[in-house]
Amino acid sequence: MTDPIRFFLDGAEVEARPGETIWQVANRQGIEIPHLCWLPKPGYRADGNCRACMVEIEGERVLAASCIRKPSAGMRVKTASERARFSRQMVFELLLADQPRRDAAHDPGSRFWQWADRLDLSESRFPRHGAPAPDRSHPAIAVHLDACIECTLCVRACREVQVNDVIGMKGRGYHEKIVFDFDDPMGRSTCVACGECVQACPTGALMPASLVDVNGLYAHAPDREVDSVCPYCGVGCQLTYKIREDRIVAVAGREGPSNQGRLCVKGRYGFDYVHHPDRLTEPLIRKEGVAKGNVAIDPGNPYTHFRKASWEEALDAAAAGLKRIRDAKGPKALAGFGSAKGSNEEAYLFQKLVRTGFGSNNVDHCTRLCHASSVAALMEGIGSGAVTAPFTAAMEAEVIIVIGARPTQNHPVAATFFKEAAKQGKTLIVMDPRGQALARHATLMLRFKPGRDVALLNALLYTIIKEGLFDKQYVAAHTQDFEKLAEHIRDYPPEKMAAICGIDAETLRHVARTYARARAAIIFWGMGISQHVHGTDNARCLIALALITGQIGRRGTGLHPLRGQNNVQGASDAGLIPMLYPDYQSVEDPGVRQKFEALWGKSLDPKRGLTVVEIMDAVHRGEITGMVIMGENPAMSDPDVAHARAALAQLEHLVVQDIFLTETAKYADVVLPASAWPEKDGTVSNTNRQVQMGRAALPLPGNARQDLWIIEEIARRIGLPWSYGHPRAVFAEMKEAMPSLNGITWERLLRESSVTYPCDSETSAGHEIVFADGFPTPSGRGRLVPAAIVPPAEEPDGEYPFVLTTGRQLEHWHTGAITRRAQVLDEIEPEATASFAPSELRRLGVAAGERVRVSTRRGAIELKARADSGVAPGMVFIPFCYAEAAANLLTNPQLDPFGKIPEYKYCAARVEPVAAKAAAE
Amino acid sequence: MSEPENFAFTPENLERAKARIAKYPAGRQASAVLALLDLAQRQNGGWLSRAAMDYVAHMLGMAPIRVYEAGTFYTMFHLRPVGRHLLQACTTTPCWLRGSSDVVAACERKLGIGLGETTADGLFTLIEVECLGACVNAPILQVNDDYYEDLDGPATEALIDALKKGEPPPPGSVIGRRGSEPVGGATTLHEVAAPATGEEA
Ligand code: SF4
Ligand code: SF4
Ligand code: FES
Ligand code: FES
Repeated sequence: MTDPIRFFLDGAEVEARPGETIWQVANRQGIEIPHLCWLPKPGYRADGNCRACMVEIEGERVLAASCIRKPSAGMRVKTASERARFSRQMVFELLLADQPRRDAAHDPGSRFWQWADRLDLSESRFPRHGAPAPDRSHPAIAVHLDACIECTLCVRACREVQVNDVIGMKGRGYHEKIVFDFDDPMGRSTCVACGECVQACPTGALMPASLVDVNGLYAHAPDREVDSVCPYCGVGCQLTYKIREDRIVAVAGREGPSNQGRLCVKGRYGFDYVHHPDRLTEPLIRKEGVAKGNVAIDPGNPYTHFRKASWEEALDAAAAGLKRIRDAKGPKALAGFGSAKGSNEEAYLFQKLVRTGFGSNNVDHCTRLCHASSVAALMEGIGSGAVTAPFTAAMEAEVIIVIGARPTQNHPVAATFFKEAAKQGKTLIVMDPRGQALARHATLMLRFKPGRDVALLNALLYTIIKEGLFDKQYVAAHTQDFEKLAEHIRDYPPEKMAAICGIDAETLRHVARTYARARAAIIFWGMGISQHVHGTDNARCLIALALITGQIGRRGTGLHPLRGQNNVQGASDAGLIPMLYPDYQSVEDPGVRQKFEALWGKSLDPKRGLTVVEIMDAVHRGEITGMVIMGENPAMSDPDVAHARAALAQLEHLVVQDIFLTETAKYADVVLPASAWPEKDGTVSNTNRQVQMGRAALPLPGNARQDLWIIEEIARRIGLPWSYGHPRAVFAEMKEAMPSLNGITWERLLRESSVTYPCDSETSAGHEIVFADGFPTPSGRGRLVPAAIVPPAEEPDGEYPFVLTTGRQLEHWHTGAITRRAQVLDEIEPEATASFAPSELRRLGVAAGERVRVSTRRGAIELKARADSGVAPGMVFIPFCYAEAAANLLTNPQLDPFGKIPEYKYCAARVEPVAAKAAAE
Repeated sequence: MSEPENFAFTPENLERAKARIAKYPAGRQASAVLALLDLAQRQNGGWLSRAAMDYVAHMLGMAPIRVYEAGTFYTMFHLRPVGRHLLQACTTTPCWLRGSSDVVAACERKLGIGLGETTADGLFTLIEVECLGACVNAPILQVNDDYYEDLDGPATEALIDALKKGEPPPPGSVIGRRGSEPVGGATTLHEVAAPATGEEA
């Protein structure tokens, strides 16, 4: 560390911390210096190009740009000398010449105009030159380069902060221009609409399209702001809603620990779903005589199949049905699906409703469908299902492995950190059967054969053990069963595995050595690991890699399953799991059960409950006949969804609590209109174990109600005397049941917005990195569990020669219930597509954009073909968010034996051109 | 004009490209961007298509936008097709004082095109450029890689005729001046052996 530097600022002696610029010191001292191309926000580099921040330095001939100039000892800086002031004034006057007039400004409140006001400038003596035409090709972003001052903040935003590399500077000198790709219209460029450039632009040249009218004039000015958290993915970006007349008109990124001001397209532009006309605003009861199988319902007009009811009537009907079944057939005839999209308080109360009100452990949620296998392996291996380090730890790692995850699409803001780390020279190794955007930044991209993860990972383990690259001390001190693993792994040499996983032995060895020898290495994974019949085995291998090399528990190391939903971590923590109470305490452990019986004042079911897919099977068998589903959409998300839909249709009594008439709600007897995320107070926990505060920003539409209120009203009607009233009260009770919430209180969250758990006390920061010294397992050691190769449950054959894999897209969330009702998102990705390798399309005789029929042993859908060189020949990728071509009609419901997660990532499929067939008929 | 969809180096150019890249330390391949763009432009008939820039970006592991920036910054790269003979008339002050207007006028008259245009037969493109760094022999007209120097209107017309016939005259001064020695021949350094001319480019 260099010593602080003492120098003189406007006559006073001041001290600069190492690396600080004159501007930063001045700012700290409360001295204002105008600035345009400098943005004092995390990740933004000073560029010193606009000259708005000039100061005078004694003894120097020319003025200096204070935003980039660092002081040296004894330097005498004058920030307000006549010369400096005049120069800055001149810069603004020159820039002003080309600005649209203030009354025609795209953003009259832009930083440019704010400074112009402070400098008392409204006119320029200089002539104006031609204004470039507006570019309104993008649904979310309005481009008016007539206001552009070429400060390049947007270039740095796109290139250095989000690392998307879309914006650049074309030409030179007078002809210089901000361009998207090769001067393409923004809407047709490779822009991923993260909006970082918009947030950075100081002039209004780049604006949210929602804040300008067709003529480019500023419009819909927000009248208030509310700080909250993004409702989409597990990254948990903090944001600020900008609201006008109770509608969200724009969103800005806030400096949360996981996002540092960044957002992605969903968080920034995906909010108008809240105001969509399809919102449920009245309680509904199925009309007499309308069959459940009849689901041809327009979600915008449910009154063909349902009738409006009062809350009283609807809640009575909902509860009466549940009570009837419980009392007649016993607690096991009921089940509930909670949601990872709701708050922690809702999740907690929902599982308590099922456990104490229904009387069984038949409660689950979509974690079953995403990371259940990861959690099973983590619990078994290291005694905790959560990440051992936040994804920002990538910045401190030397080697970063991303396997079976596509963070640029599914965790876009986490991906910005990975890309940044790679740019700084860290080794980024991406392993995925499909090519992906992260590959361009990767040191190594391993496109292995789908479903062959264990072969690949075992070859790595083999090399590390065989070559003695494991950390002997760590293994001896902190692990168990190393010999078993070493013995088992002998059968998996890279030479042999190469043929299976499709990666040559030398590369496998190289990766193994790179990971093992790194000073600090971290592993990230996603659904490509977990959604297999061998998902738990996949995760076991990753855990073993970290344990035998000691790449865990230190800065820059760890295991990080990237959690999908915004609150899947929190919902799991809160006990929305059939075998676990809150904080992963086993329902089958008598001691634990007694504790919860005492806390909840009810005797509890000593047997674990059924999981998502098992519940559907039990419905088919007639064992479960009543369900409550809150904010989940199994009619879209379950594998072999026709089976799930048949189950829903068969239920004697189904209560659905949601904000839209989802595919699932169409089967309901009673539909209860609930609250969207921006309408409620509540906490959520992100993938980094950060508990964050969400704040209500909007009133509920029509007769919709808070989810918490709905759960409580049902509870009361089935005999539970609850009166929580506010989420704060629920949170307080959760703290009694969950040691993980130590040191975290509602008030603290209101104040700090985010606290990481585990946390020692109310005044200390939480532990970002855990397990420096052993694991919360019975032995205190990490357990090494060998994994054998289990082939995918359904391999391609002559009849079904393709491998079908499913997943998400950047723009759409889960089953699309929300995002397909967000105008910008739906405009960018409006329809279902199946992606193929270009060569495969040629072989099929199908042009991109033509329709194909994809069928499996379970069903068939028709949709447009898309060429994607990231997809390997012989494979087809279909996102599962499109109701009109539901990918899950095709998927294989075979389960991983431990995590009970279905194999969404692999099944056999057949593909035929549709046009050809139609012509032949 | 249609943008070609694909571009790939010929085997010979691929070798050349590898040699260029090898000049830079590992992780600094991007430094070879100008050399590779030049190679690509030559292979591509004198201009850079987007596909060619994308190809170079991919080869160097660069974001395409970085290559577009370099391609649009340097005036030596042409982003639209050019004629077989690219005429670059220098009109900066020294050339202008020495009659560059006549050179440009001669080109325009002879070819029936203005600055920035290409003849219908695709043989000639005429553009105006800044100082070519050969002011001492002004005015200069650069034809592809060659400089023609000491031009005037008639000499320019003769040059164009010769190019049309496919008989390009030797590059250099059209009035027979050697290098940059005075018009009337060398006046100093008589005791030194006369240098060889024009072999450097
Ligand atoms: S568009 Fe905005 S951020 Fe980008 S260079 Fe112009 S003024 Fe700066
Ligand atoms: S919105 Fe994001 S990706 Fe698009 S140009 Fe701006 S910074 Fe780049
Ligand atoms: S703010 Fe310092 S030069 Fe632009
Ligand atoms: S001015 Fe024409 S070459 Fe220098």
